[in-house]
Amino acid sequence: MLAYTIRRVLGAVPTLLAIITLSFVLMRLAPGGPFDQARRLPPQIERNIEHNYHLDEPLYRQYFRYLDNLAHFNFGPSYRNRAFTVGELIKIGLPVSARIGLAAIFLAIMLGAAFGTVAALCHNRFADHGIMSIAMVGITIPNFVTAPILTLIFGVYGLSLFGHPISLPVGGWNGGALRNLVLPVIILALPQMAIIARLVRGSMIEVLHSNYVRTARAKGLPARLVITRHALRAGLLPLVSYLGPAVASILTGSLVVEQIFGLPGIGRYFVQAAVNRDYTMVMGVVITYATLVIVLNLAADLLYGVLDPRVRL
Amino acid sequence: MMTDVTARDKAALIISARDVVGRSLWIDASRRMFANRAAVASIILLSVIAVMAVFAPLLSPYPYDSINYQLISCAPFWWPGHHVPCVAGGAHWFGTDALGRDLFIRVLYGARVSLAVGLVATFVSLFIGVSYGAISGFVGGRIDELMMRIVDVLYSLPFIFFVIILMVVFNRSLWLLFLAIGAVEWLTMARIVRGLTLSVKETEFIEAARASGVRGHAIILRHVLPNIIGPVVVYVTLTIPSVILAESFLSFLGLGVEEPLTSWGVLIANGAYQIETAPWLLIFPSIFMAVTLFCFNFIGDGLRDALDPKDR
Repeated sequence: MLAYTIRRVLGAVPTLLAIITLSFVLMRLAPGGPFDQARRLPPQIERNIEHNYHLDEPLYRQYFRYLDNLAHFNFGPSYRNRAFTVGELIKIGLPVSARIGLAAIFLAIMLGAAFGTVAALCHNRFADHGIMSIAMVGITIPNFVTAPILTLIFGVYGLSLFGHPISLPVGGWNGGALRNLVLPVIILALPQMAIIARLVRGSMIEVLHSNYVRTARAKGLPARLVITRHALRAGLLPLVSYLGPAVASILTGSLVVEQIFGLPGIGRYFVQAAVNRDYTMVMGVVITYATLVIVLNLAADLLYGVLDPRVRL
Repeated sequence: MMTDVTARDKAALIISARDVVGRSLWIDASRRMFANRAAVASIILLSVIAVMAVFAPLLSPYPYDSINYQLISCAPFWWPGHHVPCVAGGAHWFGTDALGRDLFIRVLYGARVSLAVGLVATFVSLFIGVSYGAISGFVGGRIDELMMRIVDVLYSLPFIFFVIILMVVFNRSLWLLFLAIGAVEWLTMARIVRGLTLSVKETEFIEAARASGVRGHAIILRHVLPNIIGPVVVYVTLTIPSVILAESFLSFLGLGVEEPLTSWGVLIANGAYQIETAPWLLIFPSIFMAVTLFCFNFIGDGLRDALDPKDR
């Protein structure tokens, strides 16, 4: 297990380095500098600014300077938002994004696994077909369509449920109040929930047909115990390896959701930086995201190794 | 004697064998495909949308980019509720947008861009993925290991961010959008093709081709690729909707196509801002996009069932 862990951790380092190099090269290939404005600055001022941001050094020096800074968690200054450094902006935005993202993943896993299991238990019956059709809708319709529609239903018109009118705020962070988080988290979780439900259904159907489940049934174990103690353990295993991709898609989805609901997360900063061509900010966020994805992928793989002894070779 | 077969019997056997019309894999597959009602309905619906997109200028009297400040965000004439309908402006079936442009023609122009991106970017990913995967699988050994390692590394990246970087770095253009999305969507295709190539590589007819001195690239082109086309076709139909989604995603964020050109993502983004005052601006583009995505998914599923019946 230790050798496996070390091998996997060492494997992640070149990946991260490749990402940093790739985004650095791409950014420097860009035509035009980060300070190009409609009105040209006097050449002396332009030179001073470039000197200040070390843009007049040879490329390889800039690259190593950037690597060195990264090693100290210093992403450099934001070229557009001069009052803040990129690191500060990420520090402000990351907790917001992390809170929404983690809640969404948790919700998606819980409900997705539950629906998938129910569908597998009712294989080829009405509940199965119903859940799978809804899952198909959830996968196909993108979150930038579901978000406005759900906002309209629950936020603007305010649906009444069991006699209680629900009216959720249509945007804003509000210090992370639960009311403000409900819609973004649900919208972020929906597609993942659908994918997880499909995944769990497939593996549960396979597990329920396996020999050991039949043995458990044959020896007279009640259905509840067969499912919770025997089938679920193996049936939920593929979920662990889906965690990595799920995190990546939730990050991508958070760009849209944070934009729509006006949440101050790094996804929103990233989109604004991309539109304004704020190179250091874009790079900083991409590297943060990539690190997150790589670390979580690694964690998921190691967890899989712990749970499934067949992996440990 | 029992085992003795006369010449006449032999002749009869040969004739009957000649009379039997062979059923190729493709005939079998298309029969299964056309028995799948969801897939057939999807093909018809998708063709209708595609034809409407191609002949868009003929279907509406309004140009897609003509601004009319007299008719800002007016409702379709049949829209229920108390919204202001487009009275003076003639038949705006889907109403007009915030600049008074006819939504119907803009949805069709959006379809043009979205479908074009879907097809071109998928073709790019098909080209890269198939060549990469076939070479990797066919050459094998160290090179295969290295090439697949690279794919693994790229796989663990949130690749839409690299499309965004590309769009930020180089000025946004439709062609860049095609290429950038295609260039990040090829990874799964490469993996699939490599796996299939590995299994085809060991068959006797490849061995025979090698023994008779056929060159490597000719074996790939003439013997390997025709034998792996089924799963590739299935995956292509599933790539198109994900490419359309990626484009709409970028356009929604304001990083895709630029005004006055439009795509479903742009229309949905604009509609989302006016959902209270003019819900039709969100609803019509969303319906078109959702229907298209559903169609591609159903066709993909149908093709998979048709080409690979054991994997149901």
